[in-house]
Amino acid sequence: MSPDLNKPIAWNDYALGDFYDELISSPGHARKPAKKLFSYLKSLNSEDISSRINAAELAIREMGISFTVYTDEGNIDRAWPFDIIPRVIDKKQWDKTDAGLKQRLQALNMFIDDLYNDQKIIKDGIIPEYVLKQSSNYRKECEGMSPPFGVWANICGTDLVRDSDGDFYVLEDNLRVPSGVSYMLENRSIMKRVLPEVFEKVDIAPVGDYPSRLFEMLTSLSPRKIKKPVIVVLTPGIFNSAYFEHAFLAQKMGAELVEGSDLVVQDDDCLYMKTITGLERVDVMYRRIDDLFLDPEVFNKDSVLGVPGLMRAWKAGNLALANAPGAGVADDKVVYAYVPAIIKYYLDEDPLISNVETFLCYEEKQRQHVLANLDKLVIKPANESGGYGMLIGPHSTQKERDKFAQLIKANPRNYIAQPTLSLSTAPTFIGRHNNPEPRHLDLRPFVLQGKSSYVTTGGLTRVAMVKGSLVVNSSQGGGSKDTWIVDTSTEGKS
Amino acid sequence: MMLSRVAERIYWTGRYLERVANTARLISIYETLLFDLPKTVELSWYNLIIINDLQETFGERYSVRSERNVVKFLLGDDDNSSSLINSLKAARENVRTTRDVVPEEAWEMICELTIYVQDNLEQGINRRSRHEFLEDVIKGCLQINGLLFSTMPHVASWEFFQIGYNLERADMTVRYLEAGLTGILELADDDYAVNSQQVIWGSVLRSLNATQYYLRTTRSPVKGHEVMPYLLNDPAFPKSIAYCIKSIVKSCHCLPRSEPLIEHMGKIEKKLNVKMDFVNPGDELLNFLNQLQILITSSHFVVSDIWFPSD
Repeated sequence: MSPDLNKPIAWNDYALGDFYDELISSPGHARKPAKKLFSYLKSLNSEDISSRINAAELAIREMGISFTVYTDEGNIDRAWPFDIIPRVIDKKQWDKTDAGLKQRLQALNMFIDDLYNDQKIIKDGIIPEYVLKQSSNYRKECEGMSPPFGVWANICGTDLVRDSDGDFYVLEDNLRVPSGVSYMLENRSIMKRVLPEVFEKVDIAPVGDYPSRLFEMLTSLSPRKIKKPVIVVLTPGIFNSAYFEHAFLAQKMGAELVEGSDLVVQDDDCLYMKTITGLERVDVMYRRIDDLFLDPEVFNKDSVLGVPGLMRAWKAGNLALANAPGAGVADDKVVYAYVPAIIKYYLDEDPLISNVETFLCYEEKQRQHVLANLDKLVIKPANESGGYGMLIGPHSTQKERDKFAQLIKANPRNYIAQPTLSLSTAPTFIGRHNNPEPRHLDLRPFVLQGKSSYVTTGGLTRVAMVKGSLVVNSSQGGGSKDTWIVDTSTEGKS
Repeated sequence: MMLSRVAERIYWTGRYLERVANTARLISIYETLLFDLPKTVELSWYNLIIINDLQETFGERYSVRSERNVVKFLLGDDDNSSSLINSLKAARENVRTTRDVVPEEAWEMICELTIYVQDNLEQGINRRSRHEFLEDVIKGCLQINGLLFSTMPHVASWEFFQIGYNLERADMTVRYLEAGLTGILELADDDYAVNSQQVIWGSVLRSLNATQYYLRTTRSPVKGHEVMPYLLNDPAFPKSIAYCIKSIVKSCHCLPRSEPLIEHMGKIEKKLNVKMDFVNPGDELLNFLNQLQILITSSHFVVSDIWFPSD
């Protein structure tokens, strides 16, 4: 055994930056909800850590937890990147966040329902008309519809970040087909295998009830009021990057995992799936493909992923779709800027979670400010997801900034700008010597809304594994951590 | 409720898993067979390629028909679609894409087995460690079969798994019989012939885990005219063709629209009941086995026509 391995981890040398650290408050000291975890971690030497890391890697391979990366050489199945140090949040703070997420989604759903019906919010001058007129995710085909409970986005994956003040801010509302929840659940199972001792000592809120909550919510949407409606999960197919998650959720809910070719809409405007006994009617579909691929009769004519006639079935009220087509209209970074106003307008409440300051390039004054400060701001296209098509000012070249200046001038409606954030950090084991180093992270909780609302306890913590980087997307080298909501009020003074 | 596409994938899971176990078993038995045959008998490793109808693909990859090349080709060759590693990957892919239907643990087990095979393939190619490697693969397959058997509800998905592996089994059994008989018919008519016959039939039995029950059932030493009817028609041995066919018919009774398959199985049963001369085997018998194999192989198309998606 090399002497190196017996060495304790140099926790006192952990280099806190000018950021809020999720675990460490000052050198050698943990924040209150992380105290027990920290004292446990301190008891492990480098060799212990290595064996825990190896156990986690093996568990990930054996549990087959992977995601697909598209490359020029074809699709590669990669093992899920995972760091064994959890990210810990105090339950008290989380409860407030939980309420804020529900509030936000409720308001957004009222907003979407209004847009496709009376458009009062525009008539009342709260939102300028151009926002809607030039929205790439507004679907004229959905006008006049009102899905069950008036809810369009039943499943939402909100991206939260913690700034240096320690408060959570909403960075993005993902109202189309947010993914990641299966990894949140699998992270917890890995953690239980790898650090079982800690679970005995710390009061960690469980996360496992998400699939049953999702199932209940989907059931409540069924147009046929029968006891056991038929629920399916529609996947774009077995080579999709999120296929793992589609299969995982179908399995955990006991629903059928279907592909477009398994389905058919008949003349009665009902959706059926092709089974070995013939056709069987489908009541609720949790669709994991984008609007434009849902129905070649209405949207993209060349789509083979969807089902011809799906929109007919939905509009006739014979099928519930979650999320409803057109829900993505609120998943627009220009709309995002108006969310505080939207909450105020529909709920007459102040937002419980703040937005990140946002400049709209469509507005003359704000655009001038953006163009003058490209090197300090983050520029984002209004309707992209996955972290693509962005300019991170402070890390950009003059050439890139010139390109974005052109893009903004050509299509101001499509761009917004935000100050660069001081994303919080958490200790992450890096390299072969298992030294904990701070890495930036975000948090994606998942919010359900049907008859009632539900928020996951915590969410998926994504980590930018490269030093100093803010890019947490797994397709671009991000990793992940288990997320613990810890109740410190039940603990004695220790 | 069972999607046609899922039915197809589960059926293939059954077939591929059985193929993995069969390939492993065949290689491990073949080694001992070659040791026991007199040096005058010209039986080579290349026969394994012939048994599996892989002459063409093998020829494209290798010019030398050596033991190492044959084993490498059968275990780990990427270009050989029925190599052990490719069959296992195909089984894993089918499990991956039917995770909503198969028991949760099946996915983890098949991942484990795939990782084991990928990490230890060289052990299987090297003669000294081969036996242990192949045994582990066979155990891995048995473990998955055992899991499915003891945890999966016996509904449609289970029946498709059964049909898959029973067809694969029947197919293998008839191939081994053909290979054995071909070997026997090629033997020189010399003093060693009787002994060689016993060695060859003995290894056919062992390739199918059949020796012990053959002996108990027939109460006869290993003789061709007893071995062949046993493997064709024994009503209770799980790898006899008659038993596989009977199991498929049983599955049919639990599935909708199964009449064409029952009818096709009837044809195979009728063929099995034809009186043949096993005591003095010749080309007629070889021809019979060949026809039987064609009938078994074509069962797949009947299954596919009834239940699987048409596109």
